[in-house]
Amino acid sequence: MGIIKKVRTLTATALLAASFTGASFAADNIRIAFIDPLSGPFATTGESGYRTFEYAAQTLVNDKGGVLGGRMFEIVPMDNKISPKESLIQLKRAISEGIHYIVQGNSSGVANALTDAINKHNRRNPDQRIIFLNYSAVDPALTNEKCNFWHFRFDANADIKMDALTDVIAEDQDIKKVYIIGQDYSFGKAVAAAAVKFIGAKRPDIEIVGNELHPIGKVKDFTPYATKIKSSGADAVITGNWGADMVGLGKAIVEAGVDAPIFTYYGAHDGITATFADKGVDVIRVVHEGTFNPPSAEFKAFNEGFKKVNPDKDLNQPRIIGTIQMLAKAMEAAGTDDPVAVATALEGMDFTNIYGRKVHMRASDHQIIQDVNITVHTDKNIEVDADNSGYGLLTEKTVKEAGKDLPTSCEMKRPS
Amino acid sequence: MELVVFSLLNGLVTGLLLFMLSSGLTLIFSMMGVLNFAHASFYMLGAYFAYTISGYMGFWVGLIFAPILVGVVGALIQRYGLRYVHRWGHVAELVFTFGLAFLIEEVVQFFWGKATKDYHEPELLDFPLFTLFGQSFPAYKAFMIFISIGIFIALLMMLTRTRVGLIIQAAITHPNTVANLGHNVPLVFMGVFGVGSALAGLAGVIAGPALGTFPGMAFVLGSIVFVVIVVGGLGSLAGAFVASLLIGWLQTFAIALDYSMTDLLDLLGVSFSDDHVLRDLWSLSLPQVAPILPYLLLILILIFRPTGLMGKRET
Repeated sequence: MGIIKKVRTLTATALLAASFTGASFAADNIRIAFIDPLSGPFATTGESGYRTFEYAAQTLVNDKGGVLGGRMFEIVPMDNKISPKESLIQLKRAISEGIHYIVQGNSSGVANALTDAINKHNRRNPDQRIIFLNYSAVDPALTNEKCNFWHFRFDANADIKMDALTDVIAEDQDIKKVYIIGQDYSFGKAVAAAAVKFIGAKRPDIEIVGNELHPIGKVKDFTPYATKIKSSGADAVITGNWGADMVGLGKAIVEAGVDAPIFTYYGAHDGITATFADKGVDVIRVVHEGTFNPPSAEFKAFNEGFKKVNPDKDLNQPRIIGTIQMLAKAMEAAGTDDPVAVATALEGMDFTNIYGRKVHMRASDHQIIQDVNITVHTDKNIEVDADNSGYGLLTEKTVKEAGKDLPTSCEMKRPS
Repeated sequence: MELVVFSLLNGLVTGLLLFMLSSGLTLIFSMMGVLNFAHASFYMLGAYFAYTISGYMGFWVGLIFAPILVGVVGALIQRYGLRYVHRWGHVAELVFTFGLAFLIEEVVQFFWGKATKDYHEPELLDFPLFTLFGQSFPAYKAFMIFISIGIFIALLMMLTRTRVGLIIQAAITHPNTVANLGHNVPLVFMGVFGVGSALAGLAGVIAGPALGTFPGMAFVLGSIVFVVIVVGGLGSLAGAFVASLLIGWLQTFAIALDYSMTDLLDLLGVSFSDDHVLRDLWSLSLPQVAPILPYLLLILILIFRPTGLMGKRET
């Protein structure tokens, strides 16, 4: 008992001390709550996102003298265990600590819960509003029927990615048969539906020879699926798979001797690139906003600095850099950290990102419009590799301002 | 045609892999009466040990030493963990192995991280063995078949032709009598547990490069192994062998054949309108229900033949 009591007192003192330092910082630091998984099965992704935010805030803002005449960015990590319920608890915590900026990215389920809660909170508490910077959740609904003034998305959404990907497929006259395979849950189904829709519109002559869903995280051997893909005679495979399901599927397809490109959303980093190694060369393709190879001088330097601090991590969500930079720019433009003024400055903002490419925060739905790349897994001309493996993603094709013409159903309500 | 040939081969590979896991488990279960929930965790440990060893000394060294290491770990756990917990009965043992499975998974994540590991097949076996109808069959898969069948024959020989096998077989059905005859039954238990774990480890070593080495690999295979031993019949090595192949083929063919209930009903001349309440049920295709087929088989076996295909006593 004695020890337990002692520990309790210690914890209490520590908490008290922490809240004091927090309070004293709040006056000058601009605090940004990072609500993402930092424990549990998705902690690797959450952790690398957190490290990227930390490093970007430190080097791109704080080391350059901060914003608004010397105020620093401070990233406050809050573990949501990738659960929407836990995220709302963390949101309440952030609100009670007086934080006005929330960043989140992993899981659209969480993003949907957060955007609703923040919208409601802001309506009821006009003097303590919150901005939601979404750096990775790609559910199209977030910038369509569920859009609101407080949510900004810095990643290309699932429809934009599929639009870019099918642009490339449509150009390739050798592709006549496409096989779609994915995990059996909302995201896998959304990818399949978007693929069917866009291919049908752009190249009606392409035959969809397979549209298959497999149980998520439960398939031990993908060889039977690969056998089916091979015998279907597919010229290209599209998949939204991630994690172990991505590795298993990719390896099985290559080993079955299928000579067709595999277009993926998440076929790299977190051990996936190292596992594919020579097997995935010129086969695995990833559609994303990252421009790793050839890198711009600025990005290369940033990556090298990041690697010095985090040798085991990859900069696999580079849109985080733009999120921090654009937030800082919006604050400078607004001349204040007042959320309404910052959000107003952020919407419609034009910006040149770390790759030297123009991006635009579309005002009508708060979806960023940026170049999306189709990159290929290879070990040639790789300057910025993944998993320290020597293999990386080389840009093959770039779709300029991807999704610029995609309509949105968003009816933005701005605070009066 | 090519689908049939390759599904046969794929099913064989999966089935034989399942056999390597279930052979040890079925012996342990029938001897000690304990469902070892951590059995698949030894499979995962085998893959991770071999991954680390192969990084320094190559695949072949890992192939030999990783299973031995896993076997030693298994024997130690039996000696100092299970045997101690045994005095509180089977439930305590069950809970112990259950906790052990989680512990091993956490330990693996702690030391090796959550990301998939780049554990590769040796270059010697990294080529397509043959190409049929334009589809290639990797040499490594043939190697997996070869190893598994070798293990099956070796185990069968040991159990039926040697003195140790005789004692083990006797201990499965009449442990007390064997103890009364002066044999050290606890030592036999420890040995069987160790060898069983080593077999699971060996399965992990050869499956790691083919199926991926990641912290979820035990979970993916764990439950299906129990299906195998129940379907095959407790304590029956031959039963486990037949059940493994059966389930391997059941799963591969279910994925390969794109039939659904609607096709069956069409044959019978029955059709439902698209807005029928049960439409979702009718339109289920065989690949979609493939993952639940083994469990369906498990339930059917428990109802109609509780001893399993080749078992001698009831589960």
